[in-house]
Amino acid sequence: MNKELIQDAELVSNYIQGNENALSILIERHKQRIYSFIYSKVYDRDITEDIFQDTFIKVIRTLKLGKYNEEGKFLPWVMRIAHNLVIDHFRKNSRMPKFDNAGEFSIFSVLSDSSLNAEKSIIKEQVEKDVRRIIEELPDDQKQVLMMRMYQDMSFKEISERTGVSINTALGRMRYALINMRKVIEQKNIVLTN
Amino acid sequence: MAKIYSTKTPKNINLKPKDETVSFLLNYSKALSVINYNKLKFEALLN
Repeated sequence: MNKELIQDAELVSNYIQGNENALSILIERHKQRIYSFIYSKVYDRDITEDIFQDTFIKVIRTLKLGKYNEEGKFLPWVMRIAHNLVIDHFRKNSRMPKFDNAGEFSIFSVLSDSSLNAEKSIIKEQVEKDVRRIIEELPDDQKQVLMMRMYQDMSFKEISERTGVSINTALGRMRYALINMRKVIEQKNIVLTN
Repeated sequence: MAKIYSTKTPKNINLKPKDETVSFLLNYSKALSVINYNKLKFEALLN
């Protein structure tokens, strides 16, 4: 045990002096313990991998900058860095809770992509085109009311003012427009669903 | 006779970092150089 500690210290000083191979021996020697330590806290391979990498990036930078002063205690020092990074990870995650999607509840069963895919947008276009064609078949007075209401988003009050008829007449025209459109759709077996 | 339902023994997980991670670290170490200038230390990643 003592021998290995001395070896670590030697390797560290060799590395500081520029021997890159010393680092590779140090990583090789301790990677399993450090990795297992991180995994035992986070239980996720990818996160463990990230924290392991960040730990050694910190180790490398500290050693290269000459800020290391814990001779003979290399592994406990690395473990402490790893431990701090694990704490950072949990702190960050508690600020931004994530759904890992591993449990029974899947967030994707609630969320869906509301934008249309290519097929659906083609169908939507087709449906809108068919509706326009059916509207063209309507008598002019009904067509006018329907266009104002549905495409120009006008209220029946505005429509009555614009067309010079009473609100009730405008409502009646709208009603007949819809009835007539339904009739045409039924007669011609037009499917208007997306 | 009672059925014995045995749970699968958990796989012996190989708790080691990926080779890519280790090799990334070694390359990072090789690329990182510290430049001393008038008591100031600059880090440079030479890739």
